[in-house]
Amino acid sequence: MQLITERREISSALFRFSAPIVSIAIALFVAGFLLLASGVNPLEAYREIIIESLGSMYGLSETLVKTTPLIFTGLAVSLAFRMQIWNIGAEGQIYMGAMAASGVALFSGIENHWLMMIAMFSAAFFCGGLWAGVAGFLRAKWRVNEVIVTLLMNYIAILLVDYLVYGPWKDPKGFNFPLTAQFTDAARLAEYFNTRLHSGFFLAIFCALVLYLFMERTVWGFEIKVIGSNPKAAQYAGMNTGLAIFMVLFLSGAIAGVAGFSEVAGLQHRLQHGISPGYGYTAIIIAWLANRSAIGVVIVSFLMGVLLVGGDSLQLLWQLPVAFVYAFQGLILFFLLASDFFIQYRVKLVRGGIHG
Amino acid sequence: MVEILLDATVRAGTPILFATLGAIINERAGIINLGIEGLMLIGALGGFAGTYLTGSLLTGVMAAFLCAFVAGAIHGFITVQLRGNQIVSGLALTMFGIGMTALFGKGMVGMTIEGFERIAIPGLSLLPVIGKPFFNQDWLIYFSFALVALIWLFFYRTRWGLAVRTLGENPAAADTCGVPVNLYRFLAVTIGSGIVGIGGAYLSLATTPMWIENMSAGRGWIAVALVIFASWSSPRALLGAYLFGGITAMQLRFQAMGTSVSAHILQMLPYFFTIVVLVVSTIRLQKGASQQPESLGLSYDREDRK
Amino acid sequence: MPDLLQIENIRKTFPGVVALDDVSFSVSPGEIHTLLGENGAGKSTLMNVLTGLYHPDRGSISIDGEEVHFASPRDSLARGIGMVHQHFMLVPAHSVFENILLALDNVPNFFNRKEYKQKIAALIDEFGLDLDLDSPVWKLSIGAQQWIELIKLLMRDCRLLILDEPTAVLTPQEADRLFTVLERLKKQGKSIIFISHKMREVMKISDRVTILKKGHSITTLQRGDYDENRLASLMIGNDKIPQWQKNLQMSDEIVLEIEKLSVRNDRGLSDLESFDLQLKKGEILGIAGVAGNGQKALAEVLTGLKNANSGKILAKGEDITNSDAKKSYIAGIAHIPEDRKSIGIAPDMSVDENLIMKSFKSGAFSRWIFQDKGAIRRNASEKIEQFAIKSGPDGTPVRYLSGGNIQKVIIARELSEAPAVLVALYPTRGLDIGSAEYVHKVIADGADEGMSTILIAEDLDELLKLSDRIAVMFRGQLVGYVDPRNTTREEIGLMMSGEKQGGAACN
Repeated sequence: MQLITERREISSALFRFSAPIVSIAIALFVAGFLLLASGVNPLEAYREIIIESLGSMYGLSETLVKTTPLIFTGLAVSLAFRMQIWNIGAEGQIYMGAMAASGVALFSGIENHWLMMIAMFSAAFFCGGLWAGVAGFLRAKWRVNEVIVTLLMNYIAILLVDYLVYGPWKDPKGFNFPLTAQFTDAARLAEYFNTRLHSGFFLAIFCALVLYLFMERTVWGFEIKVIGSNPKAAQYAGMNTGLAIFMVLFLSGAIAGVAGFSEVAGLQHRLQHGISPGYGYTAIIIAWLANRSAIGVVIVSFLMGVLLVGGDSLQLLWQLPVAFVYAFQGLILFFLLASDFFIQYRVKLVRGGIHG
Repeated sequence: MVEILLDATVRAGTPILFATLGAIINERAGIINLGIEGLMLIGALGGFAGTYLTGSLLTGVMAAFLCAFVAGAIHGFITVQLRGNQIVSGLALTMFGIGMTALFGKGMVGMTIEGFERIAIPGLSLLPVIGKPFFNQDWLIYFSFALVALIWLFFYRTRWGLAVRTLGENPAAADTCGVPVNLYRFLAVTIGSGIVGIGGAYLSLATTPMWIENMSAGRGWIAVALVIFASWSSPRALLGAYLFGGITAMQLRFQAMGTSVSAHILQMLPYFFTIVVLVVSTIRLQKGASQQPESLGLSYDREDRK
Repeated sequence: MPDLLQIENIRKTFPGVVALDDVSFSVSPGEIHTLLGENGAGKSTLMNVLTGLYHPDRGSISIDGEEVHFASPRDSLARGIGMVHQHFMLVPAHSVFENILLALDNVPNFFNRKEYKQKIAALIDEFGLDLDLDSPVWKLSIGAQQWIELIKLLMRDCRLLILDEPTAVLTPQEADRLFTVLERLKKQGKSIIFISHKMREVMKISDRVTILKKGHSITTLQRGDYDENRLASLMIGNDKIPQWQKNLQMSDEIVLEIEKLSVRNDRGLSDLESFDLQLKKGEILGIAGVAGNGQKALAEVLTGLKNANSGKILAKGEDITNSDAKKSYIAGIAHIPEDRKSIGIAPDMSVDENLIMKSFKSGAFSRWIFQDKGAIRRNASEKIEQFAIKSGPDGTPVRYLSGGNIQKVIIARELSEAPAVLVALYPTRGLDIGSAEYVHKVIADGADEGMSTILIAEDLDELLKLSDRIAVMFRGQLVGYVDPRNTTREEIGLMMSGEKQGGAACN
């Protein structure tokens, strides 16, 4: 006897839609055992996560604060995914965007708020874009693996920011902490409701809408879709796939760079060591769970925001390492991949073997 | 001076060498494994915990292999049996590895163990210049030399090796020759992962004999890039790993000498050089200097209509 | 004495398709049994069931009267069944020796290289073949690769050999040589299942013929009970075949000229070597040659997918060498690619979207930067009707269409802007006769309106029927032109193998 698999007929939309939800549920279940193993009651922990992130106005605002960079980076990664290009470097692109925006905020001397915002935004946009553009160029020109390049550049970007905040940009009045001086008021985004929620959130939502239109309605979105579906066919249809790869990675990096701008201008008001606790990696899961749709990214980012805020409180209450969230995210992805299989195939037991 | 630098090179290169060899076994069977970074951490923690609990380095190394073997089995099952996306599954494995080791390594932080002793090989260790760096080392380094040779012999002198190479090139051809495709691919992923785990163990048992969260610091990704530099061949992996060992050794040497260049800038060097090497190797690949396994990254479904 | 093989009531379905339904036939020891049927009739699927690659939904397979169940090719190999697949199961990067060795039974894991090399070399000598065991397979001609596939099975001592369209990649002379070998194997008592849709070959070597049609086994006939007409009518049945007629309208005006063109491939070898060609207005120029002699490179360089290393391409006198695909398209070259699924379509996208893949930026389908979804839909309905594409419900991804319908989508798109030149590679490969004739009709109709076609095909009959002139290629060079009304298959065959220079019969 032997197990074989058979491809199903075109699978139902309900099945596809429920797959991410089911995988999150199973991941929660399995992660419960991990929590148990580290001496934490999982039900209590999950209750804590919900209460902390959604149970109060303040909790909700904190969740939205975390959701903001996730939307930007989720969109950035999704855009590249659409073309079957893997931007694993959103983390580094956030750092580069934050660095560029901070450079403008600290040294440009612009006093007008709007001028300052435009200058910081553009600097972050181009710096993030160029950072990813390096991988785009290498991929387009010589087919260099963009996964490895974007990823290794994360390490370089983080070290570059560290170099600045430990070195030349360090605040002389900062008691030797690795951070720059505070930005002036002109270099800060508006905040709302006496919370840390800032206008970066609305910029992220706006960005999602623009990207939705771009992907679904424009000729460029169409081109990206064709290249993603079959790059050889795109080339054969006369599309300049090399240029498209560069442009898409540039744009992807630029959006992630804007996340860096939003973080320093909206939240931290200075550049410092460790400004992103791994938003760029979480973005990969968001893009995959959202199946690369811009609207889906917003929804999944919010869910991940809940998880991150809740994760912070678990750390305070039970001294769980922050990285625990990674283990959970890895589990979600594993189960999502497994559920994909059962959407596409059915398993059958058949007779086989020479004596079967 | 050269001797000291070479010695540091070999010691810094060994974890990357194991990781690269493990990745080569994965990719030769046609499976991309981007979980190397996570597997190294799992091996590092498994190896440290094993040694700490039993006091035996050998047990530690075996524990590292076993832990990474099991974690690799997740990637193997998802990509081989379930035909899942290899890139996503590998990234998930890296995240999973970082998170799990942070969680379960919490209690190990700050513990210490007795590291490896050097064993001089009679005769060879007396050779000028290369004697000490290569033949007055710990037994795990000698094991890595043996592994390089064994992997080459396996691939080019055994029928198993031929079958595994065929899986990476054209799994349908192997299938029609009666090779159990899924089983062999799964084993290549798990055994390869186990070897990556030993590389991680070298970090926590020899390089710095303690457990530190996220201590692989990107070495797994460097190994993934080195596979291309090595053209999927184990002797070239040795060369590549020592190249990076050398850069790391020099960078540490500069820092120790108290140069005016920032430590942060020096730390970028290995990553920067990896990218340069990756670009150069990829261009060579395109020029036909070597070939990557043709079915690398593709899952195999026997019933897919041709 | 029981039959060697008995297949009864086999059924096999794929998502949305019944590939085989109620198929039965048997093979006796020492016979050559032909499976005859058009493309898409289910011949290859049936053989994949027999070799354990596919698992049947229903039905039984018996060997020597005993029922067997194959869960993998391992099981069928153990029963002495071996197959030469249409797409060779070889590893191009591995040596001839390694490819054969993997196929052998009972090789110890730590084997003696020398001993096995000698064994294999002995068999190669026995067949009088000239194969270097250490040479990587990609360096060999397609014909030689087929021999390796056959040797793999013979070394295993298979009792039943299955050959799936083995002559498609051979010159007529090479095919004859293969038949001699098959006769010899038959005398040794081996059974052979021979798959073909070429009537001439079937008549020549079969002991019995089983006809498959649309997944059903129609009938089995003994040698002597059939002739070509009978087989053809059984195979095609009362299907409607589109009628067409070619009016010879070739003018002397040269629309496309290739001069001393050389193209090297990724491995640094020459795909085309100082190649010359002239294409006239309204002409269908057939290109004959054994696969792998530069046809693909020719098409790719003409459509801008590959760059020439030296030489020139002139379209109506304008030099278009090394322009990119877009520019070539503007210069009026349309392209039906060889591997339609891998480069002709975006498989996950809808028919509507695939139909505008080349013209999505034109004013007809876009306003400013936005796509005009209404216009795209209207264009699709028009094309679907005009080319009789069975496309399923709106928005169905193209990959769910049948091979014939995918080909129609590609043709509809390529011909939509009335191209001056069409480069068609194996445009009817894998199509049933109805669809194939439809493609021929579209090409012939195009010629009537002044379109010039470069038709690259492997089937000499197809080339002879359709072409105004035939150019023969060998090893990336032009051997010469022949006039299809004034030549023989043998003459073309000799030119294809480089043994004869071009006839001067044709200008």
